[in-house]
Amino acid sequence: MAHEIVERNNGTGDLVVVGLQTGGVSFALRIVEALEKIEGERPEVGSLDVAFHRDDIGIRPVLPEAPSELPDDLTGRVVVLVDDVLFTGRTVRAALDAVHDYGRPRAIQLAVIVDRGHRELPIRADFVGKNLPTRRDEAVNVTTSGVELGSVERR
Amino acid sequence: MKHLLTIDDLGADGIREVIKLAASFTEVSERQIPKVPALRGKTVATLFFENSTRTRTSFETAAKRLSADTMNVAVSTSSVSKGESLRDTALTVEAMGVDAFVVRHSSSGAPHQVASWVDASVINAGDGWHEHPTQALLDCYTFEQRLGSFEGRRVVIIGDIKHSRVARSNIAAFTALGAQVTIVAPPTLMPPSLDGWPVDVATDVDRALRSADVVYLLRIQRERMVEALLPSLREYAMLYGLSNERLALLQDHAIVMHPGPMNRGVEIGGTVPDLDRATMVEQVRNGVAVRMAVLYLLLGAGSELRGSSAQVTPAVSADETDVDASALAAEAGKAHV
Repeated sequence: MAHEIVERNNGTGDLVVVGLQTGGVSFALRIVEALEKIEGERPEVGSLDVAFHRDDIGIRPVLPEAPSELPDDLTGRVVVLVDDVLFTGRTVRAALDAVHDYGRPRAIQLAVIVDRGHRELPIRADFVGKNLPTRRDEAVNVTTSGVELGSVERR
Repeated sequence: MKHLLTIDDLGADGIREVIKLAASFTEVSERQIPKVPALRGKTVATLFFENSTRTRTSFETAAKRLSADTMNVAVSTSSVSKGESLRDTALTVEAMGVDAFVVRHSSSGAPHQVASWVDASVINAGDGWHEHPTQALLDCYTFEQRLGSFEGRRVVIIGDIKHSRVARSNIAAFTALGAQVTIVAPPTLMPPSLDGWPVDVATDVDRALRSADVVYLLRIQRERMVEALLPSLREYAMLYGLSNERLALLQDHAIVMHPGPMNRGVEIGGTVPDLDRATMVEQVRNGVAVRMAVLYLLLGAGSELRGSSAQVTPAVSADETDVDASALAAEAGKAHV
């Protein structure tokens, strides 16, 4: 995936790799490490919590995990959003919205470890680790050691 | 939680939750565009029956940064001056479609009354001598930012304890989080009874200052003093004020807090507010973040929703597919299946 990112952007010059809280943060770090190995230069890394931009506030509990950490100005940069699982696309929609609070990036790209389908919005990932066909009511759990597929538990 | 009327409504866990959330809203306030759409479509009305600049503008700013609409009912220009009752004023404003009232009133308990009449959420922005919970929350947030932990810390509150709603809320909040509170005041400005107050009382200002991690100064509220409780402001400044000379008594790490507005030269020495150990500017800045947190908890997805609605969480039960994600992250496009 890191190679694809380098290829697409002709290097890592203006890159900011942004992990989405919480699942994407650790993978953003791993991607940055991989990019550093390839290019010899470590791109900037950040984290973004999209809670306040979500469209389901008031419908289910939406509380942020941690404050976002991003460069002050993203204007002109290429932002690579990283998340563990791409599902309905609603988190990514919120993230696209949130990123613009920090300026006007030259481009925003999306990298996901698993694309499980069932999109509810016109959103597509640029870099996909694995396409994983799922049923809507299944749950996908991605960790750094692997991906698990199980049935949904309602709490 | 529907209303925020006293610090006890929150409890220690609630206070910690507000502080944690406030940290996220501080980050929001530092963005190029310091505004999030979280409370779009909600309306917050400020209902102030007492003068205030910082608290009202702070709540208004907080609401606006959350994309809520604000309505400002200033009593001097409202029908209250024509004799309308508190209840009718609240119901009239609510009829226009309000999700939260921010109420300040010179009578203790007024926000509780409003809360019993309206369907909207009510936030107490100061009622008489009773409570001012959001002030205590922003003070706790500032305290934590500066000193880290509350456990075992000593807070010395100096000034007009008797008439101070800030003192009541702050004592409740600081002690809930594990700090020890000492109060110092002229005898005429002590509450008639301290039964049930979780505080130590000191008479020697200088000794109290030496042991303080936080010095919390209260404003001399001349507007609440109907009788002659103080011989003169100069005498108060001399005996109880944190003068430039008294600063030498403080421990190096001790901070000086004041809820504002300050009377320089009375409770606080002329140049003390400009020192690094003074937190007044941070308190104001943190006030916006904390009020965003409170509004968000009451009107957005608050903790009360937790557990009540069906929350989909990833199941841990593993079967069917196992993909090595770390290999995926490192190993480029090969992983396309």
